[in-house]
Amino acid sequence: MEFPEDLKYTREHEWVLVEGSIATVGITDYAQEQLGDVVYVELPAVGDKVSREDAFGVVESVKAVSDVYAPVSGEVVEVNDDLTENPGMINEDPYGDGWFIKVEMSDPSELEELMSAEEYRAYVAEEEEGA
Amino acid sequence: MMRTPLYGVHRELGARFVEFAGWELPLRFRGIVAEHQAVRTRAGLFDVSHMGEIEIRGSRALEVCQELTTNDVARLRDGHVQYTLLCLPSGGVLDDVTLHRLASERYLFCVNAANTAKDLAWLSERARGRAEVIDRSAECAQLALQGPAATSILGRCTRAPVEQIRPFRFAMGEVSGVKAMLARTGYTGEDGWELYCRAADAVRLWHALLEAGSGDGLLPAGLGARDTLRIERGLCLYGHELDENTTPLEAGLDRFVYWEKEFVGREALLRQREARVTRRLVGVVLTESGGVPRPGYAILRDHEPVGAITSGAMSPTLGKAIGLGYARAACAQVGLAVRVQIRKRPVAAAIAEIPFYRRPFSGRERWNFQKT
Repeated sequence: MEFPEDLKYTREHEWVLVEGSIATVGITDYAQEQLGDVVYVELPAVGDKVSREDAFGVVESVKAVSDVYAPVSGEVVEVNDDLTENPGMINEDPYGDGWFIKVEMSDPSELEELMSAEEYRAYVAEEEEGA
Repeated sequence: MMRTPLYGVHRELGARFVEFAGWELPLRFRGIVAEHQAVRTRAGLFDVSHMGEIEIRGSRALEVCQELTTNDVARLRDGHVQYTLLCLPSGGVLDDVTLHRLASERYLFCVNAANTAKDLAWLSERARGRAEVIDRSAECAQLALQGPAATSILGRCTRAPVEQIRPFRFAMGEVSGVKAMLARTGYTGEDGWELYCRAADAVRLWHALLEAGSGDGLLPAGLGARDTLRIERGLCLYGHELDENTTPLEAGLDRFVYWEKEFVGREALLRQREARVTRRLVGVVLTESGGVPRPGYAILRDHEPVGAITSGAMSPTLGKAIGLGYARAACAQVGLAVRVQIRKRPVAAAIAEIPFYRRPFSGRERWNFQKT
């Protein structure tokens, strides 16, 4: 399982890549593995506002429906429309082509609440043990 | 939670587990879609040891079975299986089961795991003083080998004449040295087998079959694929399409009800047949993208709820979102435009024919059927 060092992570298993004021958001390798084959995604529209810890989208696997939560607040500036046609990309490349949205952050200090790769790895290990 | 004799084997294979009817069962191994496609195109091996097995025996066993099931048990010969229903006096379905005639005075029910205790109590009470009811569930394991390659894989592991055993027939034999009942039945819509063996032999049988099928692309398959496969084939799952408040007529199972005999539930069902059912099991196909129909989602017609989804899947074979559900009888017309309320959005859909998928019939099988 991969935990790229340059990303930040949430307890709900989203990742964030920060480039200036833009945060790219997706779900982690662990999350996609838990879900299994993703068959449908529901994404916000460009211009929508998202708030930290609020659901901004839905991901459906064969067996389950899960909300996807915004790791940071801000405005959606780009949406990965390719996922609509090819949701399996989330399984194949969760940290690359499987990204969900890009957000113009309104409060970059929220990033401090997120986990580092090392912290997230430990968090996942704990969840796995509990499972 | 209960575990099958294969639990350790599944764990070693890296299965992800799910709770089902009090059992801890493999949900998936490689992935639901990969396993689904393996069964449609090659073969899959399922551990279905959670299913219950109940034997009824004695000189009046036939009489008891006739009385407690809807199908015509008298049509069965030794080595025959039939799909049938246990009904309550109300006509509601107590369970849907397969019934095997082992001998003229010995019958074996294969029942849903969730209903094993309930069925056992019901059958025991009703058979009291007439036939012996024996719970074989714990001593019995069950593997389902399903898919177009299933018969040739099985044929390599047994001297039983598998090519000659027709669908809904079974034979006693040995598979890779394991004593088994080989039934040509299944829950996937493909050709295949349900192999009943002693619990202690399950691991040996599992490994032997997986090894025999390794060159055919046989994959271990979990409950997830079992569900998507049966939904495509339009097969009912107890607790979803069937329950004690649903009758066989509403579920479209009329062909498994034999009216020319007395059985528990017959009067209620006759009345319902005369009055006509008010709701029916329907297939639903989404005609636009919008998610997957899930149990409980409303089926709408002209903005009004006319029914509800009971099972759904993104069909790997059709590439479309499909569902089973109950709708007002007036709305049970193939092609009728409806909507399914998925979260906040009423998504466009149409009533579709059940099954959604029917396997292509191979000429080779036809030849064998005629011969036997």
